[in-house]
Amino acid sequence: MAEFLSLNDAVKTYLKSGDTAAFEGFTHLIPHAAAHEVIRQGIDELTVVRMTPDLIYDQLVGMGLVKRMIFSYAGNPGVGLLRRVRDAIENGWPRSLEIEEHSHAALANAYEAGAAGLPCAVFRGYLGTDLPKVNSNIKNITCPFSGEQLAAVPSIKPDVTFIHALRADRKGNVLLEGIVGVQKEAVLAAKHAIVTVEEVVGELDTPINACILPHWTVSAICTVPGGAHPSYTQGYYARDNKTYIDWDPIAADREAFQSWMHDHVLTQGPEVFAERVKGLEVAL
Amino acid sequence: MSELSFTPDEMMAIAASRALTNTDVCFVGIGPPSAACNIARLTHAPDITLIYESGTIGTAPDVLPLSIGDGELCDTALTTVPVTEMFRYWLQGGKITVGFLGAAQIDRFANINTTVIGEYDNPAVRLPGGGGAPEIASSSQQIYITMKQSKRGFVEKLDFLTSFGHGEGGDHRARLGIPTNGPTLLITDLAIWRPDPVTKEMTVVSLHAGTTKERVQQTVSWDVRFSDDLQETPVPTEEELSVLRALKARTAAAHAGKRLETA
Repeated sequence: MAEFLSLNDAVKTYLKSGDTAAFEGFTHLIPHAAAHEVIRQGIDELTVVRMTPDLIYDQLVGMGLVKRMIFSYAGNPGVGLLRRVRDAIENGWPRSLEIEEHSHAALANAYEAGAAGLPCAVFRGYLGTDLPKVNSNIKNITCPFSGEQLAAVPSIKPDVTFIHALRADRKGNVLLEGIVGVQKEAVLAAKHAIVTVEEVVGELDTPINACILPHWTVSAICTVPGGAHPSYTQGYYARDNKTYIDWDPIAADREAFQSWMHDHVLTQGPEVFAERVKGLEVAL
Repeated sequence: MSELSFTPDEMMAIAASRALTNTDVCFVGIGPPSAACNIARLTHAPDITLIYESGTIGTAPDVLPLSIGDGELCDTALTTVPVTEMFRYWLQGGKITVGFLGAAQIDRFANINTTVIGEYDNPAVRLPGGGGAPEIASSSQQIYITMKQSKRGFVEKLDFLTSFGHGEGGDHRARLGIPTNGPTLLITDLAIWRPDPVTKEMTVVSLHAGTTKERVQQTVSWDVRFSDDLQETPVPTEEELSVLRALKARTAAAHAGKRLETA
């Protein structure tokens, strides 16, 4: 049953050191504010899952909070590499990082299997590739009907899934629109889901097939306007591509990174996100 | 008529765009493939269906997206589906006629590495990884690849095989039970390559204007095969160049400023 909490309280209540946490949002609706709150609370030894690790995992990994990362594309899309993730993998800084690497198809299927209550996902994938040689969680399964060899990966069942959404109504029903990614699956697969939203409204007033997460699928709702920045929220503000481009030199240098995290995350609160999206608003 | 001047990168994007047709359903990789696909849409293939892995089907962006999920893609799409559905129904289900990929490393059989340089467990450079590419490479009816030529990129042996092309050549795809055609076209800044019908070794079939066989060989780590019927790639037309440059200019302006100006 959804409870309306501050982001600080929601993270404190539901996420523990050593948990498996998914922060989902496929380019769109990336829960930046939630990840920053986890960093401020210093919750560590995490196994983090995300198809496209992006800036928030660069930051979580660079701050030494991540023990293991399950992912399928660790890049800053259109810009380059994730330099903090690279430093952890290549040099063990600030700590070594275990990785479990998949393809997008595998992780999308694994979230869906988690939501469907299945132990594993079955799909046609990884044919001829090297990933199964370095990831023991990629196995083969034979179709009992056709004999076709298919790929199997374990389902993903996070302790906590974090997502950002457009809005919730006063009961806590949540609306997603636009590029909806794997968030519905990631929420339904998790023990607990924490959702940051742009706003809470009286009525969602949506088309009948809208992507809605009923209030009883969500543990906590936190109102954080701008909470996806520099990612974006459909109908609210645009992706801040300049910030993604500007991240590269910051992440390239350990000291520049630590100083940036101090100034923009550790000494700030969720309320700064509203300021960050000023000038990026789109017409509703 | 005075001769148009153009860069090798422009020739690459335009040559790649020409391979696409109005009836293609194209799964678009980010970067150079995205530019090529949108030039095709803005010139000779206005009805092409462009699909990005974020779930946007039939998208028509005014500026090139920086990521595969910019809002522009969703705003201009016919429809946007969940990412799970994108990979299960549309890609795995066999609806894609062309998967358009880029690469960090490629070998003579058009196998691709986008995972690591060096050893996987102790990499010299950790690259982003496969993303959608491993299954795009096996489930699309055919694959086009576009990348710039260099000895670092065109290697004798891949450090890691992220996406399967023609494997060791010949019928290797069929032996693995992969029913699709795999890489049928490679467009670089210097040339156009196609697989040999039997051995599947990538073979230069067309040189871009001003390029020589020697220049191609200098940027490739294996002994390059050239077609007996080697062509010269037609130079970009005025329309192709102006469409490409306008698209790049709109894109640069949109990505440089925080506030998106409307054209």
